[in-house]
Amino acid sequence: MAKQKNNGKVVAKKNGHSDLKFFGWRRDNGRVGVRNHVIILPLDDLSNAACEAVANNIKGTMALPHAYGRLQFGEDLDLHFRTLIGTGANPNVAAVVVIGIEDGWTKRVVDGIAKTGKPVTGFGIEGHGDIATIAKASYVAKQYVQMASELQREECDIADLWVSTKCGESDTTTGLASCPTVGNMYDKLIPRGITGVFGETSEITGGEHLARARAINKKVGDKWYKVWKAYQDDVIEAHKTDDLSDSQPTKGNIAGGLTTIEEKALGNLEKIGRECKYIDVLAPAEAPRKGKGLYYMDTSSAAAECVTLMAAAGYAVHTFPTGQGNVIGNPIVPVIKISGNPKTIRTMGEHIDVDVSGILRRDMTIPQAGDALIDMIVRTANGRLTAAEALGHREYVMTKLYRSA
Amino acid sequence: MAIPQLLVHDRKDTVGVVVVEGLKKGTDMLCVVTHDNSSFKLKSKMDVPIGHKVALTDIKKGDTIWKYGQDIGIAKAKIGKGEHVHVHNVKTKRW
Repeated sequence: MAKQKNNGKVVAKKNGHSDLKFFGWRRDNGRVGVRNHVIILPLDDLSNAACEAVANNIKGTMALPHAYGRLQFGEDLDLHFRTLIGTGANPNVAAVVVIGIEDGWTKRVVDGIAKTGKPVTGFGIEGHGDIATIAKASYVAKQYVQMASELQREECDIADLWVSTKCGESDTTTGLASCPTVGNMYDKLIPRGITGVFGETSEITGGEHLARARAINKKVGDKWYKVWKAYQDDVIEAHKTDDLSDSQPTKGNIAGGLTTIEEKALGNLEKIGRECKYIDVLAPAEAPRKGKGLYYMDTSSAAAECVTLMAAAGYAVHTFPTGQGNVIGNPIVPVIKISGNPKTIRTMGEHIDVDVSGILRRDMTIPQAGDALIDMIVRTANGRLTAAEALGHREYVMTKLYRSA
Repeated sequence: MAIPQLLVHDRKDTVGVVVVEGLKKGTDMLCVVTHDNSSFKLKSKMDVPIGHKVALTDIKKGDTIWKYGQDIGIAKAKIGKGEHVHVHNVKTKRW
């Protein structure tokens, strides 16, 4: 472990980061994971209890309870399936047991995950009841976790890593320190071949002229603007009161000194650095299709929803700048917290993985902070538990587009 | 370099951010512009919490507030140089 840490540090300090490696699990579909979870995935809210019972029976497995999955239809149902299948398909997951109230939709999730080549089995509860289902699923989960425990990490190039970003509980220090730290990381690692993503459609409001200009070409910029404008028209204009009801900026943002949505957006956009251009615009939970590079995903700015969508698109490590101290984690993806706020470091430092408050004191530069983050990404990929993992944060939250039938 | 009390993103900006806890009224603040590392001094006219903004110049009601070299909103009231700038005297032009 110490050796791997040193490798990360030494290499991160070299210009060009030409030799960054990490140890991960290469899956049958070629993607590389940094965790080796066996998950018990409910199709719907009704199946949470059975999934939690299986995870309790079989040590080393994890249930992912969530609130939805019944009477959804159309685009909202498509997104539900895309999120579940994407979660199971994520390379941080070694094998999956799916449990649903009935067989039809359960099979749809199983078939989707099976395309990755990883082991997956589904169980329907109707006609059997919880107890028999839990028993059958537990036997399979036991086989899977024993199989997964023998899979070995292998050395991989940094270019095999998919790194997402989204910030939360932002304040003015995120725009000064933690978001530019992520931006600096992307400016260094995107040219090294990693796959990145940023999102938060509502929070770009105020910086839309800048975000549109960071597209690789006019066509992609126009696609981005269409997504952003649709959000303005269909969500904001349709539902707003006199403002965004203390949601943009949030009460926490305002306590941290952020005054307007424009100010928040400009800080947020620091996460994509100075040089990166995004090469495509993804629907929520949609996997990238245009190769290595930076992507934009149409997401909510609510932390758990956004990170869940990015994990479902296949991202393996998440970088999360925070000012006031958002405590979010994710069940399958390690969430690395970066903060530059000295008060947050002092009062809730157990949640922070990378302290960049030196930027505010002018004893750390943004390139140095970027290197510290790259070092932490490599260490995390190699197996270091993030603060959120150690503290048990497993927020798994579906994005719901409209009311169920 | 001494530890600054106030950071400013861009030379065009009319506000800066307090980056120390417990800033008191009357502090002769060291202010640093992060874009070019230039510095200047400014006296705080009030106690201002960490992360909150201070006016770098006298601002009239209706003036645009500049941060990151960009428009972040409009002054709802007159704001004196060195005074606290926040939701009580600035709002978005958008909603």
